[in-house]
Amino acid sequence: MSNMNEQMAAKYKNNFLKEIEEQAEMGDWVKMCMQCGVCSGSCPTNFHAGWDHPPQEIFMMIRAGKREEVLTSNSMWQCTSCYNCYVRCPRKVPITHIMHGIAEYAYRLGLAPKMQPSLHLSQTFWNNATKHGRVNEVQLTQSLYFKDGIGAGIKKAMEMKDVALGLVKAKRLNIMEALGGGHKCKDVDGIHKMLAKAKELEAKRKAGKAAGA
Amino acid sequence: MAAEKKHAAYICSGCGLGERLDIDALEGVAKKDGKMQVVRTHDFLCSQGGVAMIQNDIDNDGVTHVAIAACSRRAKTEAFNFPTTAISRGNLREGVIWVRPDTDEARETTQEMAEDYVRMACAEVKAMTQPAGNPNTGTVKTLLVVGGGMTGMTAALEASKAGYKVVLVEKTGALGGWAAKLYKRVPTREPFKAPQDNGVADLVSQIEADSNIKVYTNATIAKTSGAPGRFKVDIAVESGPTVTEDIGAILQATGFNLYDVNKLPQLGGGQANVVDQAGLEALARAANGGAIKRADGKEVKSVVFVQCAGQRDTSGEHLSYCSGYCCNTSIKQAMYFKDNNPDIDTVVLFTDLRTPGNGEDFYRSAQNKGVIFSKGVVSGVTASGGGCTVKFHDLILDDKNAQIDADLVVLATGAVPNSGVNIDNPVDAPAAAPAEGEAPAAPVVEEKPISILNLDYRQGPDVPQFKYGFTDSHFICFPYETRRTGIYTAGPVRRPMDIAQAQEDATGAAMKAIQAMENAGLGKAAHPRAGDLSFPSVRLEGCTQCKRCTVECPFGAIDEDEKRFPLFNESRCRRCGTCMGACPVRVISFENYSVNTVGAQIKAVNIPDEFSEKPRILILACENDAYPALDMAAMNRNEYSAWVRAIPVRCLGSVNTIWITDALNSGYDGVMLMGCKHGEDYQCHFVKGSELGRYRLSKVGDTLKGMNLETERVFDMEVAITDMDTLPKKINEYAEMIQGFGPSPFKGF
Ligand code: SF4
Ligand code: SF4
Ligand code: SF4
Ligand code: SF4
Repeated sequence: MSNMNEQMAAKYKNNFLKEIEEQAEMGDWVKMCMQCGVCSGSCPTNFHAGWDHPPQEIFMMIRAGKREEVLTSNSMWQCTSCYNCYVRCPRKVPITHIMHGIAEYAYRLGLAPKMQPSLHLSQTFWNNATKHGRVNEVQLTQSLYFKDGIGAGIKKAMEMKDVALGLVKAKRLNIMEALGGGHKCKDVDGIHKMLAKAKELEAKRKAGKAAGA
Repeated sequence: MAAEKKHAAYICSGCGLGERLDIDALEGVAKKDGKMQVVRTHDFLCSQGGVAMIQNDIDNDGVTHVAIAACSRRAKTEAFNFPTTAISRGNLREGVIWVRPDTDEARETTQEMAEDYVRMACAEVKAMTQPAGNPNTGTVKTLLVVGGGMTGMTAALEASKAGYKVVLVEKTGALGGWAAKLYKRVPTREPFKAPQDNGVADLVSQIEADSNIKVYTNATIAKTSGAPGRFKVDIAVESGPTVTEDIGAILQATGFNLYDVNKLPQLGGGQANVVDQAGLEALARAANGGAIKRADGKEVKSVVFVQCAGQRDTSGEHLSYCSGYCCNTSIKQAMYFKDNNPDIDTVVLFTDLRTPGNGEDFYRSAQNKGVIFSKGVVSGVTASGGGCTVKFHDLILDDKNAQIDADLVVLATGAVPNSGVNIDNPVDAPAAAPAEGEAPAAPVVEEKPISILNLDYRQGPDVPQFKYGFTDSHFICFPYETRRTGIYTAGPVRRPMDIAQAQEDATGAAMKAIQAMENAGLGKAAHPRAGDLSFPSVRLEGCTQCKRCTVECPFGAIDEDEKRFPLFNESRCRRCGTCMGACPVRVISFENYSVNTVGAQIKAVNIPDEFSEKPRILILACENDAYPALDMAAMNRNEYSAWVRAIPVRCLGSVNTIWITDALNSGYDGVMLMGCKHGEDYQCHFVKGSELGRYRLSKVGDTLKGMNLETERVFDMEVAITDMDTLPKKINEYAEMIQGFGPSPFKGF
């Protein structure tokens, strides 16, 4: 992975904007930002609390060639995909998509922050959902609760026990899922094959881009 | 004008006047107090029948003076239009019934108000003569355009298309001005994505093919004398005899110069690899679509544009304004590079990118082409490694030590108007001679402005300037009008603008100049009293040669004759009456507007005695904004005090202090003066009129003290046309205050 990072850094030398344009999904929109700040002002996540940089700044940093800082920042992972910025941007910059595009690219390069909660959730969710072709809610919750250790997990589970019981009573939660039971999709193999194919296609496309078609 | 005068009054009972007022009593007032020989009433005076009644009296009964007591003088002007007859208007509708409550208690005071307005209309018309028009007219219809750049060429072509002859004078050897030096210009057409041809060649060929346009190149204006319709202009042609042309009106399109880049050493001004925008145009023209090379021949691979270089400066050292075109210009110039080679690094450093018009599309197009725009303030440009290093404060990332290296730096330095000599503050003091033995001082780099028009007017050789050296004009309402009648300015000499705006400006100013020539030929005034036939005349026997009129005239209309008496140039006059207000011996008057026409109205008002508890307040209201605001208040039925009697004046500048002292002496309890805003953001239609008037009237305080009256009894109010809602409130507050003072002790004398 870091190998790919070095490759890309070498390939684009000082032109990080070009790198983002070519490698990150929707990255070719970054240049169209006019730095009005409407996106940052619209973001409901109150990014000051947790974000390294609001979207406007990320775009400026890309143009200023701050490669390391952008790709390792947590900003893109903080976006909740609310699309507020996207609908408000006077330049119609698809900000939400760019945020995810950069996040994904940083992940591919191995630069995404480790144990970043959204990143962790995404991975866990993906693994969980693709395993049976359907989300196993109990296991998903477990793996999230126990992410920071057994003690923290038990504490969290106790806190949420009333909610969980309510959900079980209302038949919104199936206890059997804890043991790998519960609902599954009919053709798990088929799903796996489909995903493998999709992965293959995407990997090919991205490799092509990285090689510089 | 008929020797026999016959005065008639016509009173309307339509529009509710008949229900609210005792028309018979008004008729009696017109006969008895107004001393009108003919008095008639009509229940719909502005109808065909009503107008025919008046016309019939004029045609068949010898009526020469008509007082119409009906609606405001601003209403029904087309119906009550009797060109050979002097007319006054008593404002019973907007001035009385629309501003008074329809109640039994109010009836008496409302009727008194109406009777006074009838008396005033009768008194006014008796003091008037119908003006015959300025006799000193000139009928030349040739437009002189000074300056052969985009503005000048456009103005010349537009005037020619409208059927007028044009003389076009250009100081350099060729037409085209700055635009001719551009490799390309900012796009003017859809899709606004790429620079386009500068368009100069096309305009030049149109001018060459136009038989209405006579062009002088390498020529300047040696002298301008005369007045609209009869200017005589001496044109000094390099290596040739001076030619004199007869001119009807003048359009000054002398454009701008770039702010001197050498004044910006901290931004690299003067360094080899730093150019201004004109410098870059020269390099682009040399490259002609190929790779742009620096002066030393090196191909430019990276370029930084610095916006607002020496502009929007708060230190007071450089230009404090925005020149308006330079952001689009830098965008265009960045495209010169990108269109040739997309790999050239082009960075525009800006604080606010201002792209008026369709510049926004152009800006986006540049972003699409890969031009980088960074928000930052440049702190310094230094030479380094065969190029430059630009240090700046990145405002988005708040990085104070950001820097970029570039082969070439372009400074957007902005425009300085070429407006000639600042006549209010001429910089013509000769440099002090060096003392004995000292080396002579280094030659002064600062260029002394050279007059452009060389007017032989008493008030100075060029048109007056406003802020930052741009020519003065009524910025909001009448942008092309200068303070010299028949002389218009257009383009960047008037305010910062780009080519497209300058061409629009040129067209507008050409049309105004044509209107001025036509009006001058008919002996009529130009804006804002366009079409007015009156003009000031002076009884020289009484003149004390105090020169106030010549100094105060905001339009430079008054020269001095050999005997040092004021010499009026009627065609240059705007009919504001400032001279009339200024003259301490009151020898200046218009046929239909004079110290007497207003004075007679003031005297005509019936002043109740001090026991009546009915104060009388005189309002002198500027006819351009304040009087219309009063009318509009009436249309909205905003009521105000019954104690006021309003008289419109042409301008606060025309108010002679005698009116105020006369009013106070004859028992008025207060005087309100209503005029337009003056000063930096003036609204005065006569530019300086309200300011001069206010200055003059500020001295009235002493008179009041001398009379033992409260100084607050005279109240100067700034009124804009939009004040129709607040104005009545202010009138009422003032009326209450006056009532609080108690009656004037001068009543009954
Ligand atoms: S709202 Fe759009 S144009 Fe404005 S700063 Fe954000 S991305 Fe840029
Ligand atoms: S989509 Fe993401 S970046 Fe945009 S406003 Fe919502 S949370 Fe903020
Ligand atoms: S002051 Fe006004 S009215 Fe008098 S000459 Fe000048 S422009 Fe005319
Ligand atoms: S202001 Fe009156 S007195 Fe003075 S110079 Fe003018 S005309 Fe004569």
